[in-house]
Amino acid sequence: MKNVINFLLCGVGGQGTVLASDVLVNVGLAAGLDAKQAEVHGMSQRGGSVISYVRWGREVHAPIIGQGEADLLLAFEKLEALRNLGFLRPGGVAVINNQAIIPLTVTTGGQKYPADEEIRAAFAAVTPHVRFVDGERIAEELGNLRVANVVLLGALSALLEGHPALEGAALTAETWMRVIEERVPAKYLEVNRRAFEEGRRAGGSE
Amino acid sequence: MLSGNEAVARGAWEAGVQVASAYPGTPSTEILENFALFPGIYAEWATNEKVAVDVAVGAAYAGKRALAAMKHVGLNVAADSFMYASMTGMEAGLVIVSADDPAMHSSQNEQDNRTFAKFARVPCLEPSDSQEAKDFTVAAFDLSERFDAPVLLRLTTRICHSMSAVELGERPELPAEAKPFPRNPAKYVMVPGNAVKRHPIIEERIRRIAEYAEESPLNRVEMRGRALGIITSGVSYQYAREVFPDASILKLGMSWPLPEKRIRQFAASVERLIVLEELDPFIEEGVKLMGIACEGKSIFPLTGEFDPFVVRSSAVRAGLLPASVMEAAAAPEVGPLPARPPVLCPGCPHRPTFYVLNKLKVPVNGDIGCYTLGLIPPLSAIHTCGCMGAGIAVAHGAAQAGSPEKHVAVIGDSTFFHTGVPALINVAYNRAPVVTVILDNRITGMTGHQQNPGTGETLLGKEAPVIALEPLVRACGIQHVRTLSALDVDEIEKTLKEYVKLDEPSALIVQEPCALLPEARRKWTPLEVIADKCNGCTLCFRIGCPAILKSEELDEKTGRPKALIDASLCTGCEVCAQICPRDAITFRPDSVFVEKSR
Ligand SMILES: Cc1ncc(C[n+]2csc(CCOP(=O)(O)OP(=O)(O)O)c2C)c(N)n1
Ligand code: SF4
Ligand code: SF4
Repeated sequence: MKNVINFLLCGVGGQGTVLASDVLVNVGLAAGLDAKQAEVHGMSQRGGSVISYVRWGREVHAPIIGQGEADLLLAFEKLEALRNLGFLRPGGVAVINNQAIIPLTVTTGGQKYPADEEIRAAFAAVTPHVRFVDGERIAEELGNLRVANVVLLGALSALLEGHPALEGAALTAETWMRVIEERVPAKYLEVNRRAFEEGRRAGGSE
Repeated sequence: MLSGNEAVARGAWEAGVQVASAYPGTPSTEILENFALFPGIYAEWATNEKVAVDVAVGAAYAGKRALAAMKHVGLNVAADSFMYASMTGMEAGLVIVSADDPAMHSSQNEQDNRTFAKFARVPCLEPSDSQEAKDFTVAAFDLSERFDAPVLLRLTTRICHSMSAVELGERPELPAEAKPFPRNPAKYVMVPGNAVKRHPIIEERIRRIAEYAEESPLNRVEMRGRALGIITSGVSYQYAREVFPDASILKLGMSWPLPEKRIRQFAASVERLIVLEELDPFIEEGVKLMGIACEGKSIFPLTGEFDPFVVRSSAVRAGLLPASVMEAAAAPEVGPLPARPPVLCPGCPHRPTFYVLNKLKVPVNGDIGCYTLGLIPPLSAIHTCGCMGAGIAVAHGAAQAGSPEKHVAVIGDSTFFHTGVPALINVAYNRAPVVTVILDNRITGMTGHQQNPGTGETLLGKEAPVIALEPLVRACGIQHVRTLSALDVDEIEKTLKEYVKLDEPSALIVQEPCALLPEARRKWTPLEVIADKCNGCTLCFRIGCPAILKSEELDEKTGRPKALIDASLCTGCEVCAQICPRDAITFRPDSVFVEKSR
């Protein structure tokens, strides 16, 4: 069964997880693997917590995974990262966007947003492979806040290199870029390319 | 790569479907949205699911293949039509797609619509991935014509909204000519005298379909080990493959009627027989009725959806798998985290109405749509919500029962067209002093912006007459009617205060486009809090706008955090600016409210 790589993407409705998981599943396919993706539409997209699942492998059956089964967790928001920590396999890889979106339950409901140390400690108990990426800051430097999700995909792509389940798969940085190109308008191509590269750099440096 | 919904649309195209009708509803909505993109077809948003099924029936009577799609609860609305369509049969294939929502990702209940197929004596097909979603759609039409029966194509969220690879086929040549409409009252006019003769025919029909199920390629056996045999259907098949790689499987692509001989043979060929299915023990009960021993819901959950972890851990508990198959998945201890429920968007035109209703402290009978989120604190202004169209009549019933307070019913524009109109006529006819608020955001919001009879455009992008709400409400017999801007806090408050005092039915229509529509987006202008003027009174927090945050800066006197507006989220709807008592929030340069609130 370890011929399959499981990704769990999480964030807040409206953050671009939908595009990111669409890219991810198609990269798997472009790399010559079987791939499936699943997400939920509707209610949860009104600023609520959202998750989507992507799976790559020689043969993929179930469209979703359960607790402790994600090899890679890609979190677009810190609180959502912590909320979905239970999905991460011990020793798995977490890419966490360094962004906090404060829910109403904190603004008006008197609840507390977890501190960074709390988040780091919780992840450290599960895996040493945690990478925080400044998606928004990098995107802002590139002049377009909306490419933060592509920055994160870049980081993820770097961290995937050498994954044992990818042996023999035709997966290079070019594969990713081709899939992204098919999904963004031509005039935003350049900024997306740079976002991806910056993300790769952020993901590659330990 | 296609989602299950895209695959059904493609399948309908390849099956030569010419007419498709639906009312939106997660997780089914994208079926019609995608079918509408093909050339030379007719597709529409119907006002509700019952209408959609009747439309599809009419097309199938007229000799064209037709499809109606809906979410699971839509079939409750359409049940009457579904039942007569089974009685009459049609001149061409008719497929009803029901997208069930185990785990209620976006629904008010969990129900297993396979029961409807059994109830109506029609076949039920259940695809397990996108490829099958397409292929089974085509097969459903062939089956429908072969047996002169509507076919229920049952999907679930994880089929509708998961992507997998699909090999495409072609659309057949269709005869250009329309057949004359049938004059066959014995078959198509269901008066008792005719219906009495039809009933035995449909019982005989389902018996013949059960015979066909014995040979049908929709069902298949995959023999592996003999220790464990699994009967399964739909997405559960994928979990069976994943979790039990050594088990033999009887995969039922057609989960009703059941192929008894095949089940007996399969049962006899394995040592232990289980049924793996989400929600109801539908197949399990059928197998047990045959006198065949099997296990199902004694092992796997009756509620919610499956995932590999759920199936695996249930199997370990039942001794089907050794404990060693569980990866070390001790869920780490994470304290309780702040919840992040969905909320009304920044700038949502529904917000002021709920802010006012919360202030008035009246009982509010809600309905289904984005506006149901008026329930979430701090707005907290919805007290009942059951199904689409219920709110107005629930308010009426409470009023007739002598409920001591005035009841307010809130309902969205699309919901009002769906099932609100008969309920409002009932209020007018039977006279209860119910205040109905129609929240007209010029679109069907919750399901992702579909056109409706009030928007002036059809699913195919054609211009349509706008069904105006105020004349419609008056025609329903309501005499006290007013239309206001949905963002005008003061006027809404004044009107509602006046209406709750009346002893007659009244209706307030509040109108403003959904903040996410392109016409609204173009006007987004973020506002600012003037920190010097804000004293941290927290009033603006009470409208529950996600764009209003607590600043790090505390007010010197009160010691409370000042308000801060997140410019990346704020649309400039000016609701906070209208209620700020200290004029600490800027208005837009082109504001229509600034004068009023001075
Ligand atoms: C019988 C039924 N059909 C469909 C749905 C799915 N659904 C829920 S809300 C909604 C649309 C509501 O639109 P509207 O009344 O205009 O309110 P808005 O979301 O725009 O605020 C739909 C289609 C449902 N819950 N029940
Ligand atoms: S989508 Fe539109 S109607 Fe729905 S909550 Fe957002 S702004 Fe309001
Ligand atoms: S104007 Fe005020 S209420 Fe409206 S979106 Fe901006 S912050 Fe929210």
